[in-house]
Amino acid sequence: MSKVSFPALSRVAVCGGTHGNELSGVYLVREYLRRKHNQRNAQESFTLMMVMSNPRAVQQCRRYTETDLNRCFTRATLRTATSFKRESRRLISTPISDKTPYEIVRSQELNGLLGPKGSPEAMDLVCDLHNTTANMGLCFISFSDSDWICLHIYRHLQRELATIPVRYIHFDTPKNEAYSLESVGKHGFAMEIGPQPHGSVRSNIFVAIQEGVEQMLEWIHLFNSGTQFEGGSVEVFTLVKNIDYPRDPETRAITAAIHPDLQDRDFCLLHPGDPLFLSFSGETLRYKGKEPLYPFFVNECAYYEKGIALSLARRRRVVIPSIQCDRDR
Amino acid sequence: MTSRCGVCCFNEARRVAIFGGTHGNEMSGIMLVNMWLKNGAEIQRSGVMTKPFITNPRAVEKCTRYVDTDLNRAFTPENLSAPSADELPYEVRRAQEINKTFGPKGSADAYDVIFDLHNTTSNMGSTLILESSTDHFTLQMVHYIKKAIAPASCPVLLNEHPLLKYSTSRSVAKHPIGLEVGPQPQGVLRSNIFESMRVIMKHALDFIELFNNGVEFPPCSVDVFKVQERMDYPRDTNGNITAMVHPDLQDCDWEPLNPGDPMFQTFDGRTIPYEGPSPVYPTFINEAAYYEKQQAFVTTRRETLAAQAISKIEQ
Repeated sequence: MSKVSFPALSRVAVCGGTHGNELSGVYLVREYLRRKHNQRNAQESFTLMMVMSNPRAVQQCRRYTETDLNRCFTRATLRTATSFKRESRRLISTPISDKTPYEIVRSQELNGLLGPKGSPEAMDLVCDLHNTTANMGLCFISFSDSDWICLHIYRHLQRELATIPVRYIHFDTPKNEAYSLESVGKHGFAMEIGPQPHGSVRSNIFVAIQEGVEQMLEWIHLFNSGTQFEGGSVEVFTLVKNIDYPRDPETRAITAAIHPDLQDRDFCLLHPGDPLFLSFSGETLRYKGKEPLYPFFVNECAYYEKGIALSLARRRRVVIPSIQCDRDR
Repeated sequence: MTSRCGVCCFNEARRVAIFGGTHGNEMSGIMLVNMWLKNGAEIQRSGVMTKPFITNPRAVEKCTRYVDTDLNRAFTPENLSAPSADELPYEVRRAQEINKTFGPKGSADAYDVIFDLHNTTSNMGSTLILESSTDHFTLQMVHYIKKAIAPASCPVLLNEHPLLKYSTSRSVAKHPIGLEVGPQPQGVLRSNIFESMRVIMKHALDFIELFNNGVEFPPCSVDVFKVQERMDYPRDTNGNITAMVHPDLQDCDWEPLNPGDPMFQTFDGRTIPYEGPSPVYPTFINEAAYYEKQQAFVTTRRETLAAQAISKIEQ
């Protein structure tokens, strides 16, 4: 693969509190804002914006107040306020009113601040910080497996972070269906770290994500300064499917828990026949798929309501080109 | 309770309740109670009426700790005696209903035993919580449970502190017992935690059955951790926390914390040591629900309580 050039990443945003009870990002953003006057020289090659995405949810220490903010960034939802007179392409839009959910209003504000999505004014890079109750270490989450900027940052963190495993999860969703906050930027990814109970902050997790963000900023500075980053290949986990809990057909209440053999074993290969769930009556329910896959988001609290007990991914090797900043652009 | 020759005699424990969902996001108790409401065979014991009960259904439905106010702090004399009204916070109205069904608190009509099932994000294992050091019935019960699950451990937390003690939902009963099992994130159901709580309940109900059948339990001693002091996070003038539980303290519930040991770590990496005069045994370390209650952990002191022999009053 031949070298690929990119313009400098001159405007970078780090977001915390997109889910108000995922506290590593909340405290990291607060801490950066507190230390604003002590910014490192490294940040002179770009402007860094620290954003508290969902202040109302943060104040209440809840994931969201009315609707999940991190699902509000599809083009359709973002068009809500601006196109209430148009009914185009089967999209029916409604004007913003007092009844509009807070998070929809906030997504408009964030799109104005960090976007508009898809326009030349959008942030060059958006990094959105999240926590999970699952034992996932540090994961990049992205809709793309060919955004070379994101993949190079990932490789850099893999090499530099000693205390925590670093992985890259790819959701194979077409770009125009991307629904999460980081899709507002020209380049973007979520940085998800766990395990941490929602509503609490664990020092080892905080230190790890702080280091992850600092290494990312360090990389951006090196990149903007003209460093050429050599190509190679990186390991990527691409989502294949989600599995829900077994449920009572009438009440929809769950009837089993994640099996003790699977609990905390994110990214340990799951083979056909391996235990998935242990029912309350003591029965083991097993993985019936034909293909061994890698589980992640195993027992993530917030996904009970979304009908996801665990997600399954295929592991792939992705070739990445060498990249360098084209400082003339 | 009566006394003869050093034996405390109690009436048979005929009416027993098992509360789940006092906090709507503490999943083990919710799942166990729902399971037992559907099929109560496992909790049947001869001569005992055992009633599983979801105490805060609205919070359970929203998978949140509480809707208006913490139900497990709501059973104060003021709340229970307030005139019933729609304007009262949901949990206060709920406390009044629960007091009517399972109480009244302090009266002869109150339920004999209430078990209140809780989870914690702290690494407390399977903890039993007592509200009195002189209730020999519950002391004997926890002794029985500890022996039954040995060599697995079952710490006993005693909260008799005049200022830190609070009005729990289980306090409506003559003999209240709290079960606190962790670590488990709020809103999450972990299989091992669920099974641990289930096993403890089995032994607790076995004890009641034995007691009701006339078994006399000889005097024994019970090691407990007695609540001393609540320790808050360092905070700034806006009330935001400025430090986290130190990695050396995180997950070290029930282990000694000595003067000079690391206690908190600021967000910029500085260590704040514990500066008390003597070693303490911390617990409820980094319980997510206690950030708003100004508690990073609670200190305890080890004590050995003497439990008198107990047996049932012969009719």
